[in-house]
Amino acid sequence: MPDLILDGQPLRVAAGTTVAAALMLGGDGSSRTSVSGQRRAPLCGMGVCQECRVTIDGQRRLACQTLCRDGMQVESRP
Amino acid sequence: MKVDLLIIGAGPAGMAAALAAAPSGARIAVLDDNPAAGGQIWRDGPQAHLPPLARDYRRRLEAQANIELLPASRVVALAGPRALLVEDPEQGRVIEYDKLILCTGARELLLPFPGWTLPGVTGAGGLQALIKGGLPVAGERIVIAGSGPLLLASTATAQEHGARVLNILEQAPWRAVAGFAAQLPRWPHKLVQSFGLFHPGYRAGSHVVEALGDGRLEAVRVSIGGQLREIACERLACGFGLIPNLQLGLALGCQVENQALIVDAWQATNLDGIYAAGESTGFGGSEKALVEGAIAGHAAVGEREAAQRLWPQRKRWHGFAQALNEAFALGDAVKQLARPDTLLCRCEDVPLSAVAGNQGWSQAKMASRCGMGACQGRICGAAANTLFGWQPPAPRPPFSPARIGTLLQLPQEP
Repeated sequence: MPDLILDGQPLRVAAGTTVAAALMLGGDGSSRTSVSGQRRAPLCGMGVCQECRVTIDGQRRLACQTLCRDGMQVESRP
Repeated sequence: MKVDLLIIGAGPAGMAAALAAAPSGARIAVLDDNPAAGGQIWRDGPQAHLPPLARDYRRRLEAQANIELLPASRVVALAGPRALLVEDPEQGRVIEYDKLILCTGARELLLPFPGWTLPGVTGAGGLQALIKGGLPVAGERIVIAGSGPLLLASTATAQEHGARVLNILEQAPWRAVAGFAAQLPRWPHKLVQSFGLFHPGYRAGSHVVEALGDGRLEAVRVSIGGQLREIACERLACGFGLIPNLQLGLALGCQVENQALIVDAWQATNLDGIYAAGESTGFGGSEKALVEGAIAGHAAVGEREAAQRLWPQRKRWHGFAQALNEAFALGDAVKQLARPDTLLCRCEDVPLSAVAGNQGWSQAKMASRCGMGACQGRICGAAANTLFGWQPPAPRPPFSPARIGTLLQLPQEP
């Protein structure tokens, strides 16, 4: 059961959970703010559309292709 | 790193290719951008139930000492003849190969409609993938729309996890869907998967018109057999079928026809030593991918007899692919959903009005920045191809966002 920090809030999820799912489990499901200021959420679910990109431990990563790990810091609102 | 055989994609085609080639003793690497092997159809996760066949393939793949699986890895650029630049979360590196098999699969065709950027709207296969990865949907009201059998698969997964699927809206007309269903006894185990057609909310000749909500999806406006209706819901999962991922093949110089890599009877492309199998040679499902992958794997290590023995099986699944593609051909209605202010390019927030009216994809990009964002036109380029018939040119590296440190691994140009 990995424990992570999502936008400053602690969250515990089931093993194997993607960060994309964690965004919904610990927040409103959104992942980023678009260039015109709209909030967006994962769309394609398979690593193509880049809508789910978040900052994980300082690196830009795709939430749908990244599994939650203990101690991970996930930011959707940089 | 240097291997005899490099396989791009660890879905059914890539797994079958590796297992077919492994007994030759060749050193094989299989890379995939997902954290685990299985591709989209055999995606694992806390809410996934892998079929026994998928578990069997995975177990055999792990047991082969000469197959190295490289998960969470993407091809970023070509790195000279028979070499690719690859990035994973930790490192970038060049992988040299003698033979290459492209098993790059397919992605969903996502077409723009008003409101499609609202959180709560996903692809149809997209929703299924997200649920398998642990997305909670229990108690949610969901509308599933678009085209093709993936709508039924996505419905099954959503319902299994406690969602209420209110409607399944298939854009193809009833006669096309019925004609497809009538052919299914030719492929008996596909028949079982078609039971979703009896879902009380299944409607053919129907499509989404608009997603409504303030900051998040609250309802959808739909056309059901020509009648407009509004349905309150928490999610809309909308996908218009699958399209092959051709970027790497195009960048290498493989020939493409009808949005698929051209291969011969050995699954060989026009380029020496490069093969292709699965959805990248044309959408047709996992059975076609498995048999094509196995043929490519055998052929790549010179075992032509073993490859040839699989030809009749491949022919059978090509028949299924053809029936599928004919039944679910896209009608004009779903190509006219976007309004002038609807965003076509979601990366750069470019509205349809800024793109339509250009002479082609390259001119549209230069005039509007569409297709120049993080997804590199994979979403809006495919949409523009469907809406306007524009052919995107071969992609330029980096093929997806990459770290500077990775790009520095590229060999210096002389």
